[in-house]
Order: sequence, then structure tokens, then C-alpha cells
Amino acid sequence: MANFFVDNPDIEFHFKRCDLKEVVSQIEGGYTQSRDYPYAPVNYEDAMENYRRVLEVIGDLAANNISPRAASVDIDGATLLNGKVEYAAGTRDNLRELGQADLHGMILPRAYGGLHFPFTIYMMAVECISRADASLMNIFGLQDIGETIHKFGSQDQRNEFLPKFCTGEYTGAMALTEPDAGSDLQAVKLHAYQNDRGQWFLRGVKRFITNGNAEVLLVLARSEPGTRDGRGLSLFVCHGDATVKVRRIEHKLGIHGSPTCELQFNDTPAQLVGSRKFGLIKYVLDLMYRARMGVSAQSLGISQAAFEEALKYARARRQFGRPISEIPVVSNMLIEMRVMLEANRSLFYSAAKCVDDKEMLEFAIERLKEEKKPFGDENVRLKELTKVANILTPLTKYILSEAANKITYDALQIHGGTGYMKEFRVERLTRDARITNIYEGTSQLQIVAASGGVINDVLGEFFAGMERKDRRGSLTTLSNHLKEIRVLFLESLRYVLDKKDDAFQDVAARDLVDLYGYLYIGYLLLEEAEQEPRKVFIANRYIVNALASARKNAEGIRSETFGDLLHAEEILLTKK
Amino acid sequence: MYNSIVLVKQVPDTSNISGQVMKEDGTVNRAKLPAIFNYEDRVALELALQVKDRFGGTITVVTMGPPRASDVLRECLFMGANNAYLITDRKFAGADTLATSFVLAEAIKRIGNYDFVFAGRQAIDGDTAQVGPQTAEKLGIPQITYAEAILDVRDRTARVRRKIEGGYEILDATLPVLLTVVKDAVTPRPVSAKRLMAYKGAKSLLELEKLVEGNSLLYIDKLVHEYQGRSLYIPTLTADDLQIDLARCGIKGSPTKVYQVDSVVLGGAGPTRIENTGAGISSLIDDLLEDKILG
Repeated sequence: MANFFVDNPDIEFHFKRCDLKEVVSQIEGGYTQSRDYPYAPVNYEDAMENYRRVLEVIGDLAANNISPRAASVDIDGATLLNGKVEYAAGTRDNLRELGQADLHGMILPRAYGGLHFPFTIYMMAVECISRADASLMNIFGLQDIGETIHKFGSQDQRNEFLPKFCTGEYTGAMALTEPDAGSDLQAVKLHAYQNDRGQWFLRGVKRFITNGNAEVLLVLARSEPGTRDGRGLSLFVCHGDATVKVRRIEHKLGIHGSPTCELQFNDTPAQLVGSRKFGLIKYVLDLMYRARMGVSAQSLGISQAAFEEALKYARARRQFGRPISEIPVVSNMLIEMRVMLEANRSLFYSAAKCVDDKEMLEFAIERLKEEKKPFGDENVRLKELTKVANILTPLTKYILSEAANKITYDALQIHGGTGYMKEFRVERLTRDARITNIYEGTSQLQIVAASGGVINDVLGEFFAGMERKDRRGSLTTLSNHLKEIRVLFLESLRYVLDKKDDAFQDVAARDLVDLYGYLYIGYLLLEEAEQEPRKVFIANRYIVNALASARKNAEGIRSETFGDLLHAEEILLTKK
Repeated sequence: MYNSIVLVKQVPDTSNISGQVMKEDGTVNRAKLPAIFNYEDRVALELALQVKDRFGGTITVVTMGPPRASDVLRECLFMGANNAYLITDRKFAGADTLATSFVLAEAIKRIGNYDFVFAGRQAIDGDTAQVGPQTAEKLGIPQITYAEAILDVRDRTARVRRKIEGGYEILDATLPVLLTVVKDAVTPRPVSAKRLMAYKGAKSLLELEKLVEGNSLLYIDKLVHEYQGRSLYIPTLTADDLQIDLARCGIKGSPTKVYQVDSVVLGGAGPTRIENTGAGISSLIDDLLEDKILG
């Protein structure tokens, strides 16, 4: 029987490879929970066995229940009738079954009914689900809303909201975007005010809110009258009751199963989450690590599905007396897709592990603070990890969402005219992929987010360590290629910095981030190739190709390709 | 509160039959096929779970089969069954439906305390649909075959909708009753992640005996006791445990002999057009009389 976890040896490769010992022992606090919860693990091996078995259940549901419904979910879509949002019938079935399987609270603690899995394992689940139906990720993949309440909310808020998230009675939404505050969230206007008893209320409009019909909403609102920037914003949690009106849902190119709502808050009673004024600068930024990863998982799932479709079609379709997969041009396209897919998966699970490590340290420090113990060493490590997460999560979102577009594009191309028709799955995948490099921060913004760390060469020590390693056989050549890319990166960086031109630096950031991405992924693949002979092919194709691209990126900067920015108005014929 | 016993079976996955799987004599080489949970039995379990969700009670699953059939029992525990019994003995091997239903009925009597017995309509390896009805006969309880839905249970009466050709009928039966369930009655729920993690280590007596074999530090009684304490023990019933008439078990108790298995491909001659005229219709009636379909 088909299974999206078991039939994907690459995801299993990462499952076997990921070392979550420290993370799991932190989560399980000495493996004592099995006394109260028969499903808690008794040691690390038992925990990994639990994760594997549960991922098999998810892979089974994804392949045999969710995937077959995806076409009807796409056709039916979510609808708005008399002010109430209805999911497509297939979406309702999917959510019911995921609830029966206890999968709505994968990362929340057991005390609230969750499974308390590491983030990395949850991401594997989201990848499998997205491969089956990308639009389902927009509901299933919002479990980090519960995590935000768990991290920053009060104990009362945890008790009020989390148990019902875990059973699936509540779904969540993050209400951040407004008509005039999209990429620029500092401009959020939605008004939060208090009555004389201290009760908070929300008034205003939010737009493009994924799953805005949810039972529980996290809302970013302006709580400090007279302010204009991010420091006047606080985070609130409220019920999606009658005071929250869904004014419309959007008619979108893809992810039809996910309702995208315009919401009007009419004096909605709300509770403050955490402290005032920290809404954007602390809580939303924290939520963004996981949200970016969620969309990355969605991109990866779509890419995997598109690759499978392309491969299946290319092997079945015969032209010129043979399957088109045997035509060199087509097999080259398939190899390119496969290499991109595996390279991306390596980056993705490395970033997921980084988020896990970071959160583990945050919890460890909280605990040490409570016990009034020193936490200096942990704090130093956390600072380092935060810097790395600040690069890896936007880098992953940028690279994986752009790749999802490229892979679905090529997969449709391999189908030829057939792929352009509604009857074939690749058509839907192509439409679904298109949002991934836009929402939760566009690619352009991910580059901005990553570029700070890139310009400060945050991973410099990691790369230097990798360069010192001895490599065997053919891997030496690849190692030398990466060394050359490193030189190209440092030269380009120097060129950009010496120029002392902000506009030039903003545009060159993309090339710099690309170069950094080649290096990081290149080294991940090189390490994998040391362990797994088949991965030598992946590393080889990726790194050889990366070197060629790196030369182009570097040359683009050195020759100031975009030096004509100053003349934009003349070029665009907009000069008066 | 109503207690249910669900009869389940592990079967070869006949949807994956390839050339090597068929033996020359026309029987199936089971060793070459993956073993799966008979789908209609899974549907039967779901129906039992819905009775439990609505009215409360417990669910006990029972399977007769080789030791590896405990895989199916674990799957039942993951879905929500409370207890599971493995009925296994070399003396039960080679049983036809008569001998199988005899052993199952004896096991059900031994387990006792039940209001419903659920079974799938039939297993995909034998396709006889006889075991459920024969078990009900031997237990001396009413049976409703081809059940689709339990509409209500009141006092000691169940109202059940059963599928018939071209429609359905609604029957009342006093409890205890045995139901055989059709595949589109309900959609089986997925396994629960929490129950999977809690019961993944559940083991039958035979599996525990295997552990003891390889380790001189383990004692079977202690191990059984430990597994019982953690609710992870799958009790095993053998011929000795059931103290039954061996002449009615296994191959000895099975009068059915397979004479020959043929692969029959049904072919049709294509559609025939009948004109909507008096002559056309009378010619059709003549054809039907000739084929002995009418008359």
C-alpha cells in the first residue's frame, strides 16, 4: 500500500540521520512521563520508534486518504455562505481523520493532550501532508499558533485554548496582514483598546488571513495610541465569535482548500498575550521561524509530488518509440529536479534541527531561571544558534519556495500539452506552488532577513571547519569547488561593502545570499556523500552546478549588472 | 453500555498477486504475499467502535490464525479495541468454515459477557461469507448478515439496516446478536497515534515465549505478569485452553475439500439492441424463453 513516508527513501534517510538526542531528552525531562502517559517514551530509542511509527501512520493517511481527495478539494474549494466559511467536504474528512489519529497537537505538551514531538518530526509530517494536499498544510501546519500561546501566553490561556487545539475542536489563524500592512507589518493599524475594567477589545480590519474563520485567532494590533511603528503593537488572542465577521474570502490561483479571509473585528473581546509592545518585535518574530518552516515544508511536499508526477508520466509516455524518460533532454530535466529536491531537503531538515535546538535552549534557560541556577553557557549557545536560525530559516523559505515553482514548472513541461489540462495533477501543483514564495514573507523579504547574517558571515567558522576536513576520492574535487565558491563569496562581499552604496547592496544581497546558500547546502551534501555512496551523485551535480552559478553571481556583482538602477525612470519610460 | 466481540482475520493481500504467487495446483502461496488486515473486518471493528462511542462498553477482538496474526490484533488495539485474543494452535490448521466457526464459537463462549458479535461479511482469501453465520448458529444467537448501520439499540433490541439487492431492509434483533458487515457500511478510522505508541509493545504469549527462548535470564511467568501489569498482554487460547473436541477442529473437522481451482474469465458478446416495437419485444421474450431465463 502506498505510504508517503515509507515510500520516500530520502525522507527516511534524514529521519535516520537526524540526531535529536539532546532535544528529546530536554522535551522528555529524564523520560519520566511514561508513568502518567502510557504513550510517552521510556528512552531515546523508544522515542525515535514512536516518531517513526507515527510518521508511518501519517504517510498512510496522506497517500491513501488525503491525496485521493485533493482534486475534489481543489474543485470545491472553501466557500463563504451567509457569513460562514465552509471547508470543502474533502477538507472536513481530512481534518476529522487527522483528529481521530490524534495529530492536531503534535508539538504541544502531553498535559494539554498533545504528542510533544520535536519540531523536526512535526516538519516531516507537514512535508508528507503537503505532498498529498498542499492546501491542507494551511490548517494542519498552523499548530505553531498553539505553540506561541504555550510559549508566551499565561497559564490560564494555555488551559483555555491548548486542549481543544489538540483534539481538533479549535483551529487557529494568525491575523497579521492588513490592507496597508503586508510586507511592512510595522504599519499595522487594527485598534486594541481597554475598558475601565481592563478588558481588551479589538476593532478594525485584517486581510488575506489564512484560515481566518478559525475558532482561535492570534491578532497583531496597535495597543499604544499615537505610535506608528512596531513598538506600539501587541499580540492578542481571541475567539472567532460573532463579533469577528468574515467579510469575504478570496478567489485564488491555488490552495483552494484553504480559506483566505477578510476579517472585520467589531469590538471583539480579546486577551493580551505576553507583554504589551512586544507583539511584533518578539512574539511575531518568534512565530515566524516556525511559520517560514511550515511554508518550506509545503514547498517541499509540492515539489516531491510534482517530481513523482513528472517521473511517472515520463516513464509511461512513449514518443519516437521509447519512453520519453529515456530521451537525454528529459532525463536531464528529471535529474535536475531530483537533485534540487534532495539538496533542498537537506537544507530543510538542517534548518528544522536548528529551530529545535534553539527552542530546546530557550526552554532549558527558562527552567534554569525558575530554579535560580546559572545559565551563562546556555545563553552563549542560544545567541549563536539564534544567529544561525536567523539565516537558515529565511534562506530555506527562499530557496525551497523558489524551487517549488521551478520544479512544478518543469514537471508540467515534461507533461507537454497534457500538463496544461485540468485533468492532470501537475496543473494543480503548479498553481499551488505559486503562493509559497509570496506568503509568510516574499522571497525578496527572505533575502533581506538572511542578508544581515550573510554580510556578517555568520557561518564563516562552520565553512572554515568544513574546508579543513580531509575528503576522500572524488569528493576532494568537490571540496575544492566549494573552496572556490567561498573565495568568490568573500570577494563579492568585499566588493559590495567597499562600494558603500545602500541601494547597490540591497540588490546585490540576492547574489550574496545565493552564494551563501550554495556553500551551506554544498557542505551538507558533501557530508552526506561521505556516508551514503548514492549521495555522491547528488553532491556532484549540485556542487558542479553551484560553481558555475557562483561564477555568474560573482561576475554580476563585479560588473555591476544593476548599476543602471539610477536610470530606472528612463528605462521604464516613467520619466516626466 | 454494550460489549462487543469482533472477529478479525489476517489475510494475504490478494490485490498484489503476481505470477510467482499462484502455485501450479491453483492454490495461493501465502508465504509470497504480504499479510494484511481483512478490510471488511476493519469495517466491522469501526461499527463496533461507533457502538462503543455512542453507548459505552468494551470491545474485544478475536482472531484465529498463525502466531504472526497478532499484528492484526495490535492494529485493533491502536484503533480503539480494549482487549485482544489470539486463538492459535497447530491443531487448528487447515480448517474450513465449519471447523473455524466451531473454534470461534467456543472461544466466544469462553470470553463471554457480550451483546454484539461483529464480523466482516467475508474474507478476501476464501470469499465464502460462511464463518459469521455459522458462528451465530453454533452460539444459538440471532444473526443479521450484510449489516450497513446500527440505527438504534434500546433495552435488549438492536435495530439494524441490512443491504439487500436493489435496496435495504430494517430488522430488529434481540441481543446478543451477530452481525456481518459490508465494506461500505462505514469508513474505518485511522489508528490513533497515542494508542499506537501506548500499545506498540503489546505481545502475545507466543511472542513472549520467543523472547524467553533467546534469553536465559527471562522467565515466562514473570514476563507475562509484567506485560499484564502494563496492559500489553495479548492472551493466547489453544485447543488445550478451550478443551474442545479435536475431531471438530482443523483439517480433521473440515469436510470441505478443494477439488480444483480455475481462473475463469467472464466474457460478454457485447450489447444487443432491441427495437421498441411489438416485434422487437416479442423476439426478446422468445430469446429469454429459449435461454430458460423466463418460463
